[in-house]
Amino acid sequence: MKKQEFLEGVKDGLPICLGYFPVSMAFGLSAVLSGMPIWATILISMTNLTSAGQFAGVNQLVAHGSMIELAFSTFIINVRYFLMSLSVSQKADSKMNIFKRLAVSFGITDEIFAVSVQRKCAVSATYMAGLILISYAGWVGGTVFGAVATSVMPEILSNAMGIALYGMFIAIVIPPAKKQKNVMITVLLAMSLSLAFNFAPYLSEISSGWATIIVTVAVSAFAATLFPIVAVKEGNCNEN
Amino acid sequence: MKISYILIGIAVMAGVTYLIRMIPMVFLRKKINSVWFQSFLYYVPYAVLTAMTVPAVFSSTGTPISAIVGFAVAIILAFFERKLLFVALGASFAALITQLLGF
Repeated sequence: MKKQEFLEGVKDGLPICLGYFPVSMAFGLSAVLSGMPIWATILISMTNLTSAGQFAGVNQLVAHGSMIELAFSTFIINVRYFLMSLSVSQKADSKMNIFKRLAVSFGITDEIFAVSVQRKCAVSATYMAGLILISYAGWVGGTVFGAVATSVMPEILSNAMGIALYGMFIAIVIPPAKKQKNVMITVLLAMSLSLAFNFAPYLSEISSGWATIIVTVAVSAFAATLFPIVAVKEGNCNEN
Repeated sequence: MKISYILIGIAVMAGVTYLIRMIPMVFLRKKINSVWFQSFLYYVPYAVLTAMTVPAVFSSTGTPISAIVGFAVAIILAFFERKLLFVALGASFAALITQLLGF
């Protein structure tokens, strides 16, 4: 019974694992190319299990940013997990005790959240373990592969791979922006402000880490005020 | 880069990220009802991903022209709602071809 639930988690997590591999490979490549040691790049993937957050973190570490800046930007970029974790928490079965919750919460990512809330009714710690472990293997495995491959890969290929992570970001942002005017305005505003922070006099003095934080908070607050979302989707057990 | 600086940095990133995921799981079973706050969180990924992509993407491949071509290809593929992986590799492939052509 328990074994079966674990295997179900693994089965549901396999597409996540396969999707993570090339993305974390691009992370491994770009982190090592930007000057991060291989061991540190792998350690980041093993301890963080985030995409955008790790990426921003590496940028700041390479630029010798302050720890406060690093903590703050990690918080802003990853604070969305708060709501996801909240949803999964409400979907957890009654047998999930505090120790299991401490372990499961490590593995709440966008994709793992999406898969677990789609599952009919309560999720068990065993199911979550299968789901998280297979995804984790893909994420860490891809990072190791990408980080090590930089030393044997021709420069022209690793250069071209540098855009892969941005490609992924674009693939996340464009489809909803196409369909929803509010998201489109959010994206255009963020783009304009970010350009201003990079090139405008005085504004470009601000480090890229703080610029990302300021742009994110300002644009998201503006969009939330102008276009409040009335019904944010949440996992529930009604279908059972 | 000093090893201690890297290790502390990784610990900060991992610690902050873990706390964000752990606190609601362990301590909060009640829903957040603020529409404004939920909306704010809804927009954060779009704002942050955009801010991180533009303008950094243009210096991500070594040459500006190949980056612009890769960026354009990514937008077109994303517009037609291709999978993440396909968009990421398509952009890389376009950048690679552009560089092989000498740009």
